Amino acid sequence: MSRKLRILIAKPGLDGHDRGAKVVARALRDAGMEVIYTGLHQTPQMIVEAALQEDVDGVGLSILSGAHMTLFPEVMKRMCEEGLEDRLLFGGGIIPGEDVETLQKQGVGKIFGPGTPVQAIVDYIHETVRVGDV
Amino acid sequence: MTGPPGAGKSTLVEKMTALFRKDGQTVAIVAVDPTSPYTGGAILGDRIRMSSLFCDPGVFIRSMATRGSSGGLAFRTREVCDLLDAFGKDVIIVETIGVGQAELDVADTAQTTVIVLVPESGDGIQAMKAGLMEIGDLFVVNKSDRDGADRLMVEIQMMLDLRPQCEGWRPGVMRTTASAGEGVDELVRQIQGHRDYLKKYGILGRLRKDNVRSAIVDLVRQRLEEKFWENAGIRSVLDRLAEEAAGGKMSPYQAFERLLEAREQNGMKPSTNKEQSDHVR
Ligand SMILES: Nc1nc2c(ncn2[C@@H]2O[C@H](COP(=O)(O)OP(=O)(O)OP(=O)(O)O)[C@@H](O)[C@H]2O)c(=O)[nH]1
Ligand SMILES: [Mg+2]
Repeated sequence: MSRKLRILIAKPGLDGHDRGAKVVARALRDAGMEVIYTGLHQTPQMIVEAALQEDVDGVGLSILSGAHMTLFPEVMKRMCEEGLEDRLLFGGGIIPGEDVETLQKQGVGKIFGPGTPVQAIVDYIHETVRVGDV
Repeated sequence: MTGPPGAGKSTLVEKMTALFRKDGQTVAIVAVDPTSPYTGGAILGDRIRMSSLFCDPGVFIRSMATRGSSGGLAFRTREVCDLLDAFGKDVIIVETIGVGQAELDVADTAQTTVIVLVPESGDGIQAMKAGLMEIGDLFVVNKSDRDGADRLMVEIQMMLDLRPQCEGWRPGVMRTTASAGEGVDELVRQIQGHRDYLKKYGILGRLRKDNVRSAIVDLVRQRLEEKFWENAGIRSVLDRLAEEAAGGKMSPYQAFERLLEAREQNGMKPSTNKEQSDHVR
């Protein structure tokens, strides 16, 4: 039996639009994953605490507020501090290409723009996440 | 904490936890949500109502999906609770999935079972009598900011009058408005009251034994069933028999007997004799 993937979908920052995050959460569930959804207005500390307690394989951030250049690195830094550096950090939102490049150099995974078919996200997680021990 | 979907279980858990923390107790929360039987996936959303607790190092929250367990908890919820206990958590709160009448595993797992209802549950209370209502140590009418809370309280009291009384404990019935934090202090008091009662009457040891007992029974059920299906060939025999039974050539009972025979003949050594096979659905 293969291990179930557990993914945290989080919505940091001040903007109140979580439609995108919910659509992704449902798509991942429909692909057989267990999705921990924590709701709006999460701080990086809240996100990483939840990721740690839930022992997730990956963390997906939905960021539309424009604060991605502070939020992603902050979450990344805290994940490393908590020993979660081997977990996938990915995201979605409207983020300029050069910023994406900068973030990926820091170890952030793929960032999906608006209009990405959800299947692309599902495939990416399946390809990227370690599925080591059962 | 158990009760119908959306009754406010998670909201109550958050507010209760805040009170336990004020009192200096550490808290672990195990929140269960259902796995989709079609996709095997799950959305675990109980945390949405608990975000005020995320950064408190005295609170640990773990979400679990049922993964095919039908009793309202996950197969491993009990073990997770044992671990959290071993880690020294003072209070362990288990939130079941939103239940109907039949998902009652929590009663064998928890020391105190709290049933959370809402005013609208009144209509269903007759139907619930034969299940959910029998396992409650405490009853909460949440969302009592809405009409009908008083009537439901009376109905629950009447139902409790008919229930076999047990010495030393009559379940408390109380109203809360979890979203506003109202009545939660009384709930916490009554939970502690129930714990005092369990101690005073020496019931904790018996509960522990019942708990372990049903853990063993669960294991028998799981392991025997796993064993039964572990030979690759057995599934194709099942397919063939199902087709024949669907075509009217035999009943499911006959198909079941044939499945057992096929398993024995194929050198799929049966782990069950006839009697035990009743456990292997
Ligand atoms: N009016 C009112 N709404 C409440 C009250 N308590 C909770 N709610 C709301 O009821 C909805 C469901 O609350 P939850 O705490 O998620 O309920 P739940 O029982 O955990 O739900 P499931 O885990 O999905 O079964 C939320 O929108 C809450 O804000 C209350 O006392 N009054
Ligand atoms: Mg809930």
